[in-house]
Amino acid sequence: MPDLQRCGVTGVLQRRAAPALADDALIRAEGLAVAFGGGPVLRDVDLEIRRGEIVTIVGPNGAGKTVLLRALLGILPASRGRVARRAGLRVGYVPQRLHIDAALPMPVHRFLSLPARQSRKAQAEVLARVGLPGVERQSMTTLSGGQFQRVLLARALLSAPELLVLDEPTQGLDQPGTAAFYRLIAAVRAELGCAVLSVSHDLNVVMSASDRVICVNGHICCAGTPQAVLDAPEYRALFGHGTGGALALYRHHHDHAHDHGGVAEPPALEAERERDREVG
Amino acid sequence: MLDDFLVRALLAGLCVAAAAGPLGCFVVWRRMAYFGDATAHAAILGVALALAFSISIFAGVLLVALAVALMISVLAGRGWAVDTTLGVVAHSGLAFGLVAVSFQPTVRVDLTAFLFGDILAVSRADLAVIAAGSALVAGLMAWRWSALLTATLSEDLAHAAGLKPARERLVLTVALALVVAVALQVVGALLIAAMLIVPAAAARNFARSPEGMALWAVAIGGLAVWGGLRASLIWDTPAGPSIVSVAAVIFALALPLGAVLGRR
Repeated sequence: MPDLQRCGVTGVLQRRAAPALADDALIRAEGLAVAFGGGPVLRDVDLEIRRGEIVTIVGPNGAGKTVLLRALLGILPASRGRVARRAGLRVGYVPQRLHIDAALPMPVHRFLSLPARQSRKAQAEVLARVGLPGVERQSMTTLSGGQFQRVLLARALLSAPELLVLDEPTQGLDQPGTAAFYRLIAAVRAELGCAVLSVSHDLNVVMSASDRVICVNGHICCAGTPQAVLDAPEYRALFGHGTGGALALYRHHHDHAHDHGGVAEPPALEAERERDREVG
Repeated sequence: MLDDFLVRALLAGLCVAAAAGPLGCFVVWRRMAYFGDATAHAAILGVALALAFSISIFAGVLLVALAVALMISVLAGRGWAVDTTLGVVAHSGLAFGLVAVSFQPTVRVDLTAFLFGDILAVSRADLAVIAAGSALVAGLMAWRWSALLTATLSEDLAHAAGLKPARERLVLTVALALVVAVALQVVGALLIAAMLIVPAAAARNFARSPEGMALWAVAIGGLAVWGGLRASLIWDTPAGPSIVSVAAVIFALALPLGAVLGRR
């Protein structure tokens, strides 16, 4: 597993670089910690997002995935360490969810022009790109969940982002909706060549589409290629929770290499199969 | 033309409506109604300080409103329950103000003028200050409009777009203090928040975009000023409460009217 970087190793590897951003780096965190009220939610994070790469942050609920994302964007202050962003970095941000108060009338065309005004032509093009042509005059509140997320994505794309940031963008979407949304992301990235940083727990979907996976649980447990992370014991320990029984069974059968029939597959194995199918 | 006290009153009212319209929309969108109320109530404390130190009422009110609004922002940011904080600040500001005004032995202070406004007594100098203050607020709103709107929708979206939501909150705080200072003489401390909220709430029924809602709020506020002054003349009612009453009637009429228009 050559790409696997464990916590300690990551720190050493990245700290030898000069503090300034490397040529192809968009965002870089060094020794980042974030604390709320009590103790740190996130600590010792060393991370670099480079031009054009697809990085996915995974981890259990409450692990600090969204906190990490928000700290990288500068929304949350670092309690220790530092985050460097390329000067003038254009970020297209798709939030987890967006509540629009009923008191605020917001048609789609107006939303797309926030904060910078966009031409009708650009709006029509981007809406067609995300598969929602002609919804300009519709109110944001009349859109379905899937349509709403596509409009959020359209708005993010209008800034010609160098980095697209997605915070569990498919929460509340059903399985086909989620799959369709990620296919759209993949297609958009292929066209624009922007880096994509996303937070997800849809492991099956994102694992195969990522250059690098970062597994977070208060700190970076493990990071590397999807395969390397899947194989990492830290990752298995985390995602064994809740499916502990199945995982134990799985290990037992795996050790003895006998009968696989009738045993529920743990999510990690499913993800592996899924990925193999897509590769093959 | 400005020699007529009614013309001056109307112009002063229209200036306040023009400033309160767009700001009122943000107060409604961001659910700051009680925040506006607290700041406005504290204006009475500003009146007392202005009288004590012999500075202009406008300056005294502006300073206290700004201080109170900033204090609320800081306390709310520290995780205090916002409604409790506002309740404490609003009423203690009002109470301290009323007590402090009573300590003015030499000046015969007409408190009702500050509590309910005294729009018919607006002088040329008052009008100039009200017009300048209102223009400042309207200019501030126009200048920061897009950033304010983005930050109101989502602070995270604003952040990611390179904006600073904290700065936009400060813009709103300053604008709110300015509106309180200019509106004190027009509708009085107790009804300033109504001039912010009622026209904007009525405007929601007609508007299809944020900008449309701000323009409707200005128009409805202007109509309320005109109608309130007329009513005040005809029935000899207090001008400030009459203006807010007309605004409330427009709001009530806008509800079914907006529903009918929206259905078409």
